[in-house]
Amino acid sequence: MNPFLEAMGRVPPLLAQHVLLSFTALAIGIVISLPLAVWSARNRHVARVALGFASLVQTIPSLALLALFYPVLLSLSALVGGGIPALGFLPSLIALTLYALLPILRNGVAGLHGIDLAVIEAADGVGMTATQKLRLVEVPLVAPVLIAGIRTAAVWTIGAATLSTTVGQPSLGDLIFAGLQTQNWALALAGCASAAALAITVDLLIGGMEQGLKHRRRWLVATSAALLAIGMAAATAPLWPRAGGQRTVVVGAKNFAEQYILARLIGDRLERAGYRVEYRDGLGSAVIFGAVAGGDVDVYVDYAGTIWTNEMKRADVPARPAMVAAIGDWARTTRGVGLVGALGFENAYAFAMRGYDAARRGIRTLDDLVRVAPDLTLGSDLEFLERPEWAAVKRAYPLRFRATTPYSPTFMYQALASARVDVISAFSSDGRIAAEKLTVLADPRRAIPGYDAILLVAPARAKDPRFLAALKPLVGRVPVDAMRAANYRVDRERDKQTPEAAATWLAKRIGS
Amino acid sequence: MPAQSPTLTFDRVSKRFADGTMAVDHVDLTVTRGTFVALVGGSGSGKSTLLKMVNRLVEPTEGRVLIDGADVTAGPAPMLRRRIGYVFQNTGLFPHMTVAQNIGIGLRIAGRAVGERVGELLDLVDLPRIVADRMPDELSGGQRQRLGVARALATEPKLLLMDEAFGALDPVTRDTLGTAIRSLHDRLGLTTILVTHDMAEALLLANRVLVMAAGRIVADATPAQLLGGEGGPEAQALVAVPRDQANRLRALAS
Repeated sequence: MNPFLEAMGRVPPLLAQHVLLSFTALAIGIVISLPLAVWSARNRHVARVALGFASLVQTIPSLALLALFYPVLLSLSALVGGGIPALGFLPSLIALTLYALLPILRNGVAGLHGIDLAVIEAADGVGMTATQKLRLVEVPLVAPVLIAGIRTAAVWTIGAATLSTTVGQPSLGDLIFAGLQTQNWALALAGCASAAALAITVDLLIGGMEQGLKHRRRWLVATSAALLAIGMAAATAPLWPRAGGQRTVVVGAKNFAEQYILARLIGDRLERAGYRVEYRDGLGSAVIFGAVAGGDVDVYVDYAGTIWTNEMKRADVPARPAMVAAIGDWARTTRGVGLVGALGFENAYAFAMRGYDAARRGIRTLDDLVRVAPDLTLGSDLEFLERPEWAAVKRAYPLRFRATTPYSPTFMYQALASARVDVISAFSSDGRIAAEKLTVLADPRRAIPGYDAILLVAPARAKDPRFLAALKPLVGRVPVDAMRAANYRVDRERDKQTPEAAATWLAKRIGS
Repeated sequence: MPAQSPTLTFDRVSKRFADGTMAVDHVDLTVTRGTFVALVGGSGSGKSTLLKMVNRLVEPTEGRVLIDGADVTAGPAPMLRRRIGYVFQNTGLFPHMTVAQNIGIGLRIAGRAVGERVGELLDLVDLPRIVADRMPDELSGGQRQRLGVARALATEPKLLLMDEAFGALDPVTRDTLGTAIRSLHDRLGLTTILVTHDMAEALLLANRVLVMAAGRIVADATPAQLLGGEGGPEAQALVAVPRDQANRLRALAS
């Protein structure tokens, strides 16, 4: 099948979430800003505060605004003794609602101020009460300007809603972010095209209402409003509750190919066990553990070393099995998170060189690298140079490179292939290591902790035998070469596969 | 609603604006029922402010306004205003309502049936009934002003306040409409106060002419008395203008 059409197949459930989120935010935005606009038009001080606040919100980049509500809600939840979800719908809704305020408020106030004073005097003069004046004169006269503001807010909200993916709320952004990460342009295009089509359609329909109000064409207002309502109902159809409601579980994933593949591998098994599965893709390393502890995500795959250094703040490096066991104890006792087990492969930070280059220079280990490092350039991913692992490596091996350059992962491999850099901070399960004939350098001083892939489940799921039984067969069953091959199917430049297809392939390969 | 037109009393009424200007300065005045009063003065003389204190679009800082002995502040302002017809220069027609809706608005907000009133009022102000479904911006200036009068009279008020109601019209329309208003005043038995800066208009339409300057009433006389040289220097200065124009026109013609 055409990869774009295949990607479009993922649109309907995400579109439903996207529409639900952006229209709820818009509706709440309208409910808040209408009385505020009336009040602001009557009181200069209120206007200054309200418009000032709404403008301030607009200056915060939308991505930052969304991210802001994660820690805010988290501490709020801790304050009231838990129960407030810090990820997903709520933070997205709050951020988008705030975003929708300004255009509605500004147009409302400008519209009310723009009404001819003679008309207001006439309304008083014929004996209207304040309520009658608002209903019979001010609202009808402001309506076209106000609708224009709502129209702007709707388009902004629909656009910004794509970013809610990053805080774990499914939206059309899922396709865009996953597409960018795995360089699956069909997927990214499907996400962008759907979001743009939604925004344009809504813009046209609200525009129809605006024109209808302005030129007093009642049928145009009614038709546009009806089409909007029908469209909204149809778009959210996948979310309507169905008879025989299955239990829904959420599978989380960070933002790279291996995570997408493993999430589908897990999800497919859970579906076969009778669960309805939703995916939260593209979660940041920092939020995903909190999400599983809070029950927003039911299961995901993390890496031992990440939990060890980032969550447990440990600097020592024990043997891999001991470390996994210690993580299991810590996760259960401190956060109630269940460790199902290690999948069987490791995705560690690993220093890699072009194979022939390493052979020519006689380098097999990081110890060997110390001697030639001053002649070499290190290419890293965007965060490696800031991570505790790099500090640990430098403590164990006195590495002094001629230069270090951070790249996004794809470009890092290209830089190594084209000899712009000589050593990279690769991931040991990356399919490109074998495909591009790279040599991974050994770490004899054990400076880098183990990065065993481990299955973590939410506290409620840790006590759910059916759920655990569906996942148990994956423990110890995914060898690193199988994972590399699956990753390569998604990461390679030509004949790319979707994470779903790679997961199916991987399931067959490991016989699960 | 009184079947008879009301008597209006100003009892030491003053209005001082926030900036300290004394717009109306201790006015004592009684307008007896059925009178057509013209309130004449230059801009800033306080004539509009005095008028608007009757229907409480402006609240006095001192003194009381009484309609048939009852203080206008006794009830809610909207109730008071529904008993008073009000027409002003920028007609203030509701641009989003048809002619018929504009005429019917006073009845509608009071919860009264509009029924046949629209047609009757259009007839009353000499507008063709066919304009009922038009929007105000489709009418000429004179038609709009007639519509403003029709709207003011829809609730059958016995007190009519007009603030520069003919100010923006061409002289011919202005004259026709002025005459029409005067005959409506007589026919419906109203008490009418017309604020104008045009002494000729005041002399031709009113039974009683009041001249205002700096917030005070400086002259109070009938048109005949004013034309006979009475009423004091401020009033005579204003009367001199149309009289001189009439004399010059007569000289040109002979």
